[in-house]
Amino acid sequence: MNSKLTQKIAFSFLFLCALITIAPVLLIVVIIVVNGISAISWDFLTTSPTNGMRSGGIFPAIVGTFYLAAGATVISLPLGVMGGIYLSEYSKDNFFTRILKLGIVNLAGVPSIVYGLFGLSLFVIYLKLGASLVSGCLTLAIMALPAIITATDAALSSVPQSFREVSLSLGATKWQTIRHAVLPHALPGIITGTVLSNARITGETAPILFTVAAFYLPHLPGSVLDQVMALPYHLYVISTQIPGISKSTTYGTALVLIAFTLSLNLFGIIIRTHLRRQKKW
Amino acid sequence: MTIIKTNNLNLWYKKFHALLDVNIPIEKNSITSIIGPSGCGKSTLLRTLNRMNDLIEGIRMTGEILIENKNILLPGTDLVSLRKNVGMVFQRPNPFPLSVYKNITFGLEIHNIKSNDTLDNIVENSLKSVLLWDELKDKLKSHALNLTLEQQQRLCIARLIPVKPQILLMDEPCSALDPIATGRIEELMFELKKNYTIVVVTHNMAQAARVSDDTGFMLLGRLVEFNKTSKIFTNPEKKETEDYITGRYG
Ligand SMILES: Nc1ncnc2c1ncn2[C@@H]1O[C@H](COP(=O)(O)OP(=O)(O)OP(=O)(O)O)[C@@H](O)[C@H]1O
Ligand SMILES: [Mg+2]
Repeated sequence: MNSKLTQKIAFSFLFLCALITIAPVLLIVVIIVVNGISAISWDFLTTSPTNGMRSGGIFPAIVGTFYLAAGATVISLPLGVMGGIYLSEYSKDNFFTRILKLGIVNLAGVPSIVYGLFGLSLFVIYLKLGASLVSGCLTLAIMALPAIITATDAALSSVPQSFREVSLSLGATKWQTIRHAVLPHALPGIITGTVLSNARITGETAPILFTVAAFYLPHLPGSVLDQVMALPYHLYVISTQIPGISKSTTYGTALVLIAFTLSLNLFGIIIRTHLRRQKKW
Repeated sequence: MTIIKTNNLNLWYKKFHALLDVNIPIEKNSITSIIGPSGCGKSTLLRTLNRMNDLIEGIRMTGEILIENKNILLPGTDLVSLRKNVGMVFQRPNPFPLSVYKNITFGLEIHNIKSNDTLDNIVENSLKSVLLWDELKDKLKSHALNLTLEQQQRLCIARLIPVKPQILLMDEPCSALDPIATGRIEELMFELKKNYTIVVVTHNMAQAARVSDDTGFMLLGRLVEFNKTSKIFTNPEKKETEDYITGRYG
């Protein structure tokens, strides 16, 4: 066969593969937008559900998801970053560290329902926090941790060793070196890793199912010990438990959830490109 | 006056004996070069002088390193003030990926040095002392990695100055530079000699002959010969030294 033809076939094949991978994503987005856009209105976004959730808006669920995302980030970011710093800068390469790293990698692969049950038994029951915003945030935070630790570890490891040497040779202590000569240069990677992992967990239903999500709660939480509605669970509820609900309401809710997650992703990517532009080595 | 003196300095990397009974005296406000074939321990010796080798696992040292008559190998030595006093310039220019200005103020920030001088003045003086001010005075905010390699290496020297070291260690500071840039760094070293004591490791024998007052020749972890540079290069005492400078080793 002529080599130009081979090349053409190979290219077309690769292009087709690329297309196949993104086609389902596009299709899902298109279907959701087409079916859901008619439901989106100012009222839909800013009022509570009424009439057994068949009409009205999804405001409490949006706020609940926002609180959960914010709370989970506030808890997981410092913990995860400190854990990553420990792994990358302080831990020695020994048996204990390898077990620790293996554990973290495996935690990232644990099904989300297991996190949900863990949150239920530890926070809700054992620590008596009940099904509440704080239990939900803690559960989501634990779920986000492996990705944040891994992202931090990787971002710190990619900072050239010479930065540390220079800083130490100028008389900086190890902590000053990390704080001033290493961490700032690892920040883009850490932030992106955090935002992306938290964007993913805000779409999860299983971890919030038993720990925080309310079936129907048409007002905002008064304290961190209250339950909240949340978009993923609300979507699950209205699409499976409420007969006779209009299709556009379900799709509209899905659209808001997807928009929420995608805008978080976009936010992460923008921060990364912005910070990347300042660094070059 | 001798500012640094090692007494029977030995160093091991785990089992490997990298420095053997090194006794080297280094004169204040002079340039001392250390020459020798690859792997003979030049960098190792240099990095003992600010205890940068401490970072390597499995390192062990015996003997003494006296800096202004204080043994810096004693436990409890204040590494922060030692390293402020003994600055280091590396083989590859390694400015931080920050602005020129921030590179110079880095040391001040770390040490929280308050002075009557404004930061601007300190930056200006530091750049002046490495003869970089005229070139860079309008580019203080520009990214250090956009400078030429020679400018970067000068900046790395300038970065040490606010911390007020007395001694500058340079490990092959010109090996990433072309001959013209090398010549200009050498001029700078002459200039710096007035205020600093310089110890330089070099593979370039012509450079050692040009810039240094004293020269030490190392071989397999030993300081084989140490003398006035003119003496080493014209009339060495040891046969190994002669073989090396006449090019009979790598
Ligand atoms: N971290 C280390 N662990 C074990 N051995 C080392 C380490 N660093 C250096 N060595 C060994 O110690 C010896 C001296 O190394 P050093 O880097 O001081 O040589 P050098 O004279 O600077 O060589 P070059 O001219 O190539 O820079 C070499 O044999 C080297 O392999
Ligand atoms: Mg070396």
